[in-house]
Amino acid sequence: MADQPTWKEYPVAATIHEPGSATGQNTGDWRSERPVRKQELCDKCGICWIFCPDAALFMNEEGYYEVDLYHCKGCGICVRECGKNAIVMVEEGE
Amino acid sequence: MGERIGLEVSLAVSEAVKLARADAIAAYPITPQTHIVEELAQMVADDDLDAEFIMVESEHSAMSACCGTAAVGARTYTATSSQGLALMHEMLFIAAGLRLPICMTIANRALSAPLSIWGDQSDVMAERDCGWIQLFAETGQEAFDLTLCSFKIAEDKRVLTPTIVNIDGFTLSHVVEPFELESQEDVDAFLPAYEPQTILDPAHPVTIGPVGFPEIYTEIKKQQDMAVIGAYDVVLEVFAEFEKKFGRAYKPVESYRAEDADIIINIAGAVAGTARIAVDRMRDEGKKVGIVRPRLWRPYPFEDMRAAVKGAKGVAVVDRALSVGGPGGPIASELRSCLYPLAEKPVVLSFIAGLGGRDITIEDFYTMVRETEEVLETGYTDEYKMIGVRE
Amino acid sequence: MAENKSAEFIPRLLPPRELVAEGHRGCQGCGEALALRQVFKVAGPNTIVCSATGCMEIITSPYPETAWRIPWIHVAFENAAAVASGVEAGIKILKKKGRYPHDGKINVIAIAGDGGTADIGLQALSGALERGHNFTYVCTDNEAYMNTGIQRSSATPYGASTTTSPKGKDSIGQTTQKKNLPKIVAAHDIPYLATACPSYPLDLMNKTRKALDIEGPTYLHVLSPCPTGWRHDIDMAVEMGRLAVESGVFPLYEVENGKLKMNMVIENRKSVAEYMKPQGRFRHLKPEEIEKVQERVDEHYAELVERAECDA
Repeated sequence: MADQPTWKEYPVAATIHEPGSATGQNTGDWRSERPVRKQELCDKCGICWIFCPDAALFMNEEGYYEVDLYHCKGCGICVRECGKNAIVMVEEGE
Repeated sequence: MGERIGLEVSLAVSEAVKLARADAIAAYPITPQTHIVEELAQMVADDDLDAEFIMVESEHSAMSACCGTAAVGARTYTATSSQGLALMHEMLFIAAGLRLPICMTIANRALSAPLSIWGDQSDVMAERDCGWIQLFAETGQEAFDLTLCSFKIAEDKRVLTPTIVNIDGFTLSHVVEPFELESQEDVDAFLPAYEPQTILDPAHPVTIGPVGFPEIYTEIKKQQDMAVIGAYDVVLEVFAEFEKKFGRAYKPVESYRAEDADIIINIAGAVAGTARIAVDRMRDEGKKVGIVRPRLWRPYPFEDMRAAVKGAKGVAVVDRALSVGGPGGPIASELRSCLYPLAEKPVVLSFIAGLGGRDITIEDFYTMVRETEEVLETGYTDEYKMIGVRE
Repeated sequence: MAENKSAEFIPRLLPPRELVAEGHRGCQGCGEALALRQVFKVAGPNTIVCSATGCMEIITSPYPETAWRIPWIHVAFENAAAVASGVEAGIKILKKKGRYPHDGKINVIAIAGDGGTADIGLQALSGALERGHNFTYVCTDNEAYMNTGIQRSSATPYGASTTTSPKGKDSIGQTTQKKNLPKIVAAHDIPYLATACPSYPLDLMNKTRKALDIEGPTYLHVLSPCPTGWRHDIDMAVEMGRLAVESGVFPLYEVENGKLKMNMVIENRKSVAEYMKPQGRFRHLKPEEIEKVQERVDEHYAELVERAECDA
């Protein structure tokens, strides 16, 4: 606790002034399985993206949806919802 | 220059809120606060007061809505009493913890049960720990003046703490008194528009009211406590500026004939007026008695109280509230704590009087002084005494 | 070729902005977080959120982390609607006096769970709706007090096992019926309310847009499947929402100026049993109990369809 702020250094009422500071949290660490894309099967429909509770998929330059492994919690909704089986879960460590 | 008129104190408080140009009011009616909110509603309806008056469905929602209005930068006001204040209890701590400068009048009234619409101080005394700055008015003029001051104190950048002005229910709220009502121009000069520090604004998205883990909670409470303690200096500044502008001087603690008193009556609120008459009579009879009245209640004015009772042999504290089964009345408890570190201190006796609207008479003050004299002779007999209870 | 086709997929046309940031502490597969993500995509940055205490508040605001990229205030559990009333009224008067720094429309959105809406928050909601504030109330309904450990609420469905309505030797779990919040809200005669589910994102987002654009109080009741509390697999939240709608357990409809409109009328609904099967909270129910639920769902669905036909 030694390097934590003193009472004077906190913003008044502990109001957080940096929007979206949660992005620093490595929720990807929670996973035991992770989604792996099979790009050749993907038709870029965006269903995986709109169904991710953690906004852990993002569109890359080519228009495919990549997994943000820093935040992806490995719930597998994207895998279940993909209509093309273009994304599968694999065990972490494989 | 103000106009001098006779006015019911509740209406004068409303006038002060109007002159302060409150932006938003969220309130729920409860006896004996009703005249304040009714008058404000009429002022808004007549376009005399340019404000949003949210007619909330409970006092809890009143304080909640006040948090909302204050969080977007509106000068915010509400009023309540008794059960209404009790219903707001949860929210009082939150408003203070969120450092929202809401101003509130409490027309002090007894708490149920039994149901009582009549005055005593039990409602606000149950909220000593909530984190609000708290003031007690004795007269109508004071109620008007302190209402104006409360906005300036609460909204000060160094303070940012919600503030209560207490007025005795019925005995002050419903009486007609003479007033110097100040002009809008003069009040505007004394009290400019609220300049909020942090607001909910899409241009600067902030997160207000987060979770405070054990690692930070203590520090945030310390921060809050230091702001309230520091508000003492701001109160002095505001009172000084008020005196300069309007010619009426206020101190955190008022003393009346207390400097050489053997026995001091310690009392808050309007009944100090009756005490003054009793003290004058007793003085005429040769007794050295005086009154010390805390106007500032939170932050507790430690040094002022110690100085005010210095040299006295005994202090008869009159509480219009009781901590049931506890160490007597709240004002007495706090005075004892305040005096504890001193090597020399007067004996402090706790008298409970004026509960649930019962009058405190001149005779009662005679009784309390006499009983204090007896204790000085013979020592303590009771933790506290209830005056006038039929036994 | 594939390039042109994909441009037509509607998710790709949705606003990419994430106003509820990644890195929040929601459970894996949280249906409620998904619902809010979709709502705020529509709402956009000119939005102020008034949140009740609950799952969404806890997971998005552990100091110093906030998932919110828009202004957000949390005050207490039962008063999201009252705080929103204050925010709305405060902005109104400040804009009138030229003292609010932001020009243009601001969405005031109150968010609360079923606990903070149906139970402890019902009074504040009713008051805010009656007063006619211009705001949108979004109830994310995961059918129990999930944040504090899966205790029952009045939105918990009949037969569900929760920690305070547990299944037992002498108990089927929740013995009362789910409180019909949309009906209670509709009784306030507000201009617009709707039920929605994140499994139907376009429907949810269209309704959000509508609710925000309509002047006056509007209400969205959003079913939020919860893997932790409903005890289904963590990849199943979207599927559960779909089954809820397809079985008629959670019909999708709107009530606009008092007129009810079903967003879809399903002829051959899936069975309630199929809906309940993947959920551990219903696992203990005997066929006769499930049949009771089926009868009631059928009855209510028919009532809604009839009412919608009347209002058409």
